[in-house]
Amino acid sequence: MSPIQEPFADGVSLAHRLDPRGKIVVAGLFAVSVAVAQTYATALAGLALALVCLALARLPLKKVGARLLVVNAFIFFLWFILPLTYPGDAVWQFGPFTVSRQGLLYTGLITLKSNTIVIALIALIATAPVNTLGQALQRLRLPDKLCHLLLFTYRYLHVLELEFQRLVQALKIRGFHPGTNLHTYRTYAYLAAMLLVHSCDRADSVYRAMLCRGFHGKFYSLRIFSWQPRDRVFGAVSLLALAALLYLEWRGAGPL
Amino acid sequence: MHISEGVLSPAVLGGGAGLAVMGTAIGLKKLDYEAIPRVAILSAAFFVASLIHVPVGPVGLHLVLNGLMGLLLGWVAVPAILIALFLQALLFQFGGLTVLGVNTVVMAAPAVFCFYAYRGLLRRPGTAAAVGAFACGATAILLSGLLVAVALITTGQSFLEVAELVLLAHIPIMIIEGIITLFIFLFFQKVRPEMLEGIYA
Repeated sequence: MSPIQEPFADGVSLAHRLDPRGKIVVAGLFAVSVAVAQTYATALAGLALALVCLALARLPLKKVGARLLVVNAFIFFLWFILPLTYPGDAVWQFGPFTVSRQGLLYTGLITLKSNTIVIALIALIATAPVNTLGQALQRLRLPDKLCHLLLFTYRYLHVLELEFQRLVQALKIRGFHPGTNLHTYRTYAYLAAMLLVHSCDRADSVYRAMLCRGFHGKFYSLRIFSWQPRDRVFGAVSLLALAALLYLEWRGAGPL
Repeated sequence: MHISEGVLSPAVLGGGAGLAVMGTAIGLKKLDYEAIPRVAILSAAFFVASLIHVPVGPVGLHLVLNGLMGLLLGWVAVPAILIALFLQALLFQFGGLTVLGVNTVVMAAPAVFCFYAYRGLLRRPGTAAAVGAFACGATAILLSGLLVAVALITTGQSFLEVAELVLLAHIPIMIIEGIITLFIFLFFQKVRPEMLEGIYA
């Protein structure tokens, strides 16, 4: 099965129907406010808000859980080191290792913040197809070239993945068995290089086809974004919630 | 190596975002409209190539190839890498939105550096170019590792040991990336030399 998928993009829930422009702005502001938070109160309130968004998106919880598990790999690694190296009061000692209370609290806060942001991003951003996001970003006045790059890259991701699988299949048919040796590395290098060569050829023919169809630096989209009453409500509620988060952070200033 | 959301301090996040915006602006300025399909499809190819897991003993390391990307694209590698990281954040939730700037700098700054540092060596024939290609792949990863370490340590001194481990983990990747970049370079020289024209410009 292809690893490149958008498992959360389809749906009819409220989070799926909101205007993507509003969702991008709110998700961005929310991610920044949680990322700079230094107190548990803010992070926990953020988590509650993220969970509300997730509930509104009505996504398959099993898939969301699987995603979170992967995301937490780096965090998991931090748990092994940070509590031991963070200076503070010892709570537990074995041999040369000391676990500090502050270290545990700090790592806990990082874990909480990280998961909160990812949940919010899944609920708000991953619920829109990438094509829609690209167009929404263009309406939000991001540079045209950057949006074109995003739309094009995404468009050809699947094409090149098929190409890649075709090459891998050809390798397998010829009895290729990867191992830790120079032959494997050379083969993989040629595989990647062939993929790049094919992609360049394809780019040329794509560009010529675009010129034939009168391309002059602009994509026309039939999608019309409309700012509905529900978007106004979502925007207003989100701004209030963000203000509340900032207030919590300001009141409980000071780390931990 | 992607840094997750919620780890770095606001100052580091802000600094990374600022640098990423500047680099992207330079890259976009150098990018013509007619080059967009080529850059985008190359960027997609790099994205797919990063799905290749190369066995090193018991573990599989995935390819990064940011050195090669710098070699082929120069400054344009910055927006290309930004887009690839944004898509990874969207599709796999690797990295994230607030760390997008830092992660872009971590991957793209070494790419641009290697382009300028090794371009002269790669133009020469024979062994010199081969050595340059290996060094290009390896240096890009080394610098990426160093930048991750710097981002972690400027967030807090308590990340010192984490940063050391991250840097250590980059050593095997460095060697593998050097070898792979070398073979890809030799392949391009033989099969499609015009793909390397960026280093002669």
